[in-house]
Amino acid sequence: MEVIDRIATALSTTLLDVLPIVVVLIGFQLVALRRRPPNPRRMAIGFAYAVVGLALFLVGLEEALFPLGRAMAGQLSALAFAVQASPGWRDFAWIYLFAAAIGFATTIAEPSLIAVSLKAGEVSGGAIDPWGLRIAVAVGVASGVALGCFRIVTGTPLPFYIIAGYAVVIVQTMVAPRAIVPLAYDTGGVTTSTVTVPLVTALGLGLAASIPGRSPLIDGFGLIAFASLFPMITVMGYAQWSAWRARVAARKRKEMARKEMTLKEDRQ
Amino acid sequence: MHQHFAGLARLLLGTLRDLAPIVIVIAVFQLGVLRQPFPDLGDIIVGAILVMIGLALFIQGLEMGLFPLGEAMAGAFAAKGSLAWLLAFAFALGFGTTVAEPALIAIAAEAAEAAAQAGMIADRAAARTGFADDLRLVVATAVGLALVLGALRIVKGWPIHYFIIAGYLLVVLLTMAAPAGIVGIAYDSGGVTTSTVTVPLVAALGVGLARVIKGRNALTDGFGLIAFASLLPIVFVLAFGMVV
Repeated sequence: MEVIDRIATALSTTLLDVLPIVVVLIGFQLVALRRRPPNPRRMAIGFAYAVVGLALFLVGLEEALFPLGRAMAGQLSALAFAVQASPGWRDFAWIYLFAAAIGFATTIAEPSLIAVSLKAGEVSGGAIDPWGLRIAVAVGVASGVALGCFRIVTGTPLPFYIIAGYAVVIVQTMVAPRAIVPLAYDTGGVTTSTVTVPLVTALGLGLAASIPGRSPLIDGFGLIAFASLFPMITVMGYAQWSAWRARVAARKRKEMARKEMTLKEDRQ
Repeated sequence: MHQHFAGLARLLLGTLRDLAPIVIVIAVFQLGVLRQPFPDLGDIIVGAILVMIGLALFIQGLEMGLFPLGEAMAGAFAAKGSLAWLLAFAFALGFGTTVAEPALIAIAAEAAEAAAQAGMIADRAAARTGFADDLRLVVATAVGLALVLGALRIVKGWPIHYFIIAGYLLVVLLTMAAPAGIVGIAYDSGGVTTSTVTVPLVAALGVGLARVIKGRNALTDGFGLIAFASLLPIVFVLAFGMVV
């Protein structure tokens, strides 16, 4: 059974990955805290669940989705060359669409984003809907990765985009509802993890390799930066939009109330 | 026990919703745009089932293990009342989880390749390995310091946006001064540092700290640790590029 072999390998590599975390946790527990945490057995079982779950998740992705996704990234850029010998940036429409779609889809499945949005839902007492937050982040990754592909196709300099993006983030930080700002910054960091990075990197490297004049090593980098920048913009944007809608609704309610008041006064 | 399994079954169904977008995107592009049949459909179905079970277990593990663990650590450090131990823990957690992170090892190796081609370092195996190892240490130190700074911010109640805006301005200035070959690597290194097991622990630690310290709001003060951990490596790697 090849699959079982792979699960065993994945399990041992995941265990190796979490080993430093376990060492730090237990070390500080023994040296600094010296107090038994509540329910240590349950926590240990939960930790084991998370590690085993992550290993199975990775094997499944590697078995089912990654090979196909990687192959598709290469084939789609070949498609642009099949239509035209020297395609312009418009001939890569399928690439941009695929980039956006795969960026959105992988972000929805990203385990660390699930973790942060669950925590945000709990902390905000339901004011932040975990599912809405995940969609806002996914839209950000989708637009970021699509724009990143456009950049690779056109060969325009990366810092230009990133600096412009930072400028937008800084302006939004000043005007967006205060409570969302730290969470929005965090989502930038968590989007690019186990599911998104391998597929998005493959897309960038495949695209850079297939276009003459682009070097995969120099131009292939940078997609992840796009994917971590844009969610901040969309999450703050989503909060701004919600706040704006709430303001409009409140104003409407006030106007309705005033109209009723004047009607009543007229009748009297 | 019975309830436990009912919960797991519900989670399993929930993962269908999480994974449906990927399956739909790949199916639509494979069949509709590339017009190719699915190779090895059996493998794909086995893989998809593993992904579903894995995600359900992971989410169960979050609620049972990682979240309570992070919050318990935060509570224990607050009860101990020693800021120094808390900051030492934050540094160890950041440094320890990053230095062995497989995604970072992969990126560091690729970055060394790119740097050798760009002529930043000598194109020899020893020079490349040295560059990759240095880069990993720089990123891990940056993440460690980021968690220290982030934890200190929660304890002191400093507003996050000053840090982030100052950090971005620093990134912009350094981008102009750093060699072009390092810029893409630096930007990407910020994204790969936060692994899937670290994120829930760190998020729970931040929220836990904000909850136990009087006058802090869990939402505005508790989040932001991960943002520090993604920003500081960019600054450090850009500076590293100027020194090498």
